[in-house]
Amino acid sequence: MEAIIQVRNLTHDYQLSGNEMIRAIEDLSLEIEEGSYVALVGPNGSGKSTLARHFNAILTPTSGEVMVDGLSTADEQNCWEIRRRVGMVFQNPDNQIVATTVEEDVAFGLENLGVAPELIRRRVAETLDMIGLSSYAQQPPHLLSGGQKQKLSIAGIIAMRPRCLVLDEPTAMLDPRGRTEVLGTVKQLNSQEKITVVHITHFMEEALEADQVVVLAEGKIVRIGEPQEIFGGELNLEELGLEVPTVPKLAHILRQGGLKIPDGVLSMEQLVNSLC
Amino acid sequence: MSMRSITLGHYLPGESVLHRLDPRVKLVTLFTLIVALFMIKSFTGFFLYGLFIFAIFISSGLPWRYFLRGLRPVLYIIIFTLVLHFIFTKGGQVYWRWGVLTIEEAGLVMGSFMTLRLALLVITTLMITLTTSPISFADGIEYWLRPLRRFGVPGHEIAMMMTIALRFIPTLMEESDKIRKAQMARGADFETGNIFRRARNLVPLLVPLFVSAFRRADELAVAMEARCYRGGEGRTKMRELHTGAVDYIGVLTVGALLAGIIVSGV
Repeated sequence: MEAIIQVRNLTHDYQLSGNEMIRAIEDLSLEIEEGSYVALVGPNGSGKSTLARHFNAILTPTSGEVMVDGLSTADEQNCWEIRRRVGMVFQNPDNQIVATTVEEDVAFGLENLGVAPELIRRRVAETLDMIGLSSYAQQPPHLLSGGQKQKLSIAGIIAMRPRCLVLDEPTAMLDPRGRTEVLGTVKQLNSQEKITVVHITHFMEEALEADQVVVLAEGKIVRIGEPQEIFGGELNLEELGLEVPTVPKLAHILRQGGLKIPDGVLSMEQLVNSLC
Repeated sequence: MSMRSITLGHYLPGESVLHRLDPRVKLVTLFTLIVALFMIKSFTGFFLYGLFIFAIFISSGLPWRYFLRGLRPVLYIIIFTLVLHFIFTKGGQVYWRWGVLTIEEAGLVMGSFMTLRLALLVITTLMITLTTSPISFADGIEYWLRPLRRFGVPGHEIAMMMTIALRFIPTLMEESDKIRKAQMARGADFETGNIFRRARNLVPLLVPLFVSAFRRADELAVAMEARCYRGGEGRTKMRELHTGAVDYIGVLTVGALLAGIIVSGV
């Protein structure tokens, strides 16, 4: 598998007032493989949103390098091409919907790219169909539910046919039902459309779904691996300020209590099977 | 007040000829009609113009109460104009006298003349705005401002601002409702006192609303850039504007009306 995003020795400083600097990311290297589903977790202020913003050139490195599909984000000329290939969905769906109807909003990105009108119409219809919002095409976005709004934001990005989708806490403002809807859509895009997904979240349950989990703390990667490796065995995530998902936590407690439960138990089903 | 019932720009969707006119054509039509209205010099002219507007009104299928509602805000201006002319425009026969106050023929004529003009102006504008969605209005404005680009008129940006404003009105309405309730729960009072007191009491509502609006604007700007927005240059539109036979007929009719008024001098 080829890496779609390569981060090499990335450091990012935010300029505060005057000469004060705050270091958000320090000497970080990471590769994200094409087609994979990567979860980026970490406590508040760990630099995960900052890192995500490097993936589509919203931020550029203070030092080090971020390559997207072979294009460096530091080169301003690559900026739009990178943003077309790596789409980004933000936390608050209300603040990323631009147009006054669902279909117009999906068209927004394509209009920016200068795609021909009839092709836009075709792609908008296809995308709405894929995401499951076809019946709302003519509706104003404020009449949609939270989950639908966030799906609309995803549709707006997907219509541009990106190769990678970066989601910055897309479910943080949603109710449980909206969260399930959005996660379902993201998983479907990853498995069926082969779109690389980078999912930033502070819900550890969501990270269990990923192929790879990257744990950040204070601007550095402190752990990286498959969900089994991160959550399955000995748990010391709590000292990083992260909540351990329910099932692995339960497995851990039972293990401490003397029950024989193998490492790598993540789902309820696995737990039940190893107990009975 | 239910947030979902707010009608934006009082647009009434429909299928009439007037509804189907291209928004660019509608803007030209509106402009021509206003010019024509100011060219009219006699009551006969107003009568003919009114007849024309009435015919369009019938064909548009708009409910007439919307016009009454639209006229209400300008009613005071109309009455004010009328009174001013009655009192201060002198000449001709004196109809009524009370001390130094007189109402004379010229005043009556000028007063009703101005009233008619204002009322017809409002009705004409309403007829166009009631049948055009704000979004297609924005499209029309963007189109006509395009040639002014070289003089630095940001046509695309103006249209984009209109779209975003329309998009965010319901969002901000909902938010102000939320803030109002939150502040009322903390003991804020929005309902009592005189007008100045009430205005001052709005501060705890407006400050958070503005702060939040700025934060939203910031996030929206980043989201738009992330979706490759870089101004109007090289941008296409999904909704294409098409002019058809109806549009040409519309422009010709209105043009003929203007020419008729100028030539005949009514």
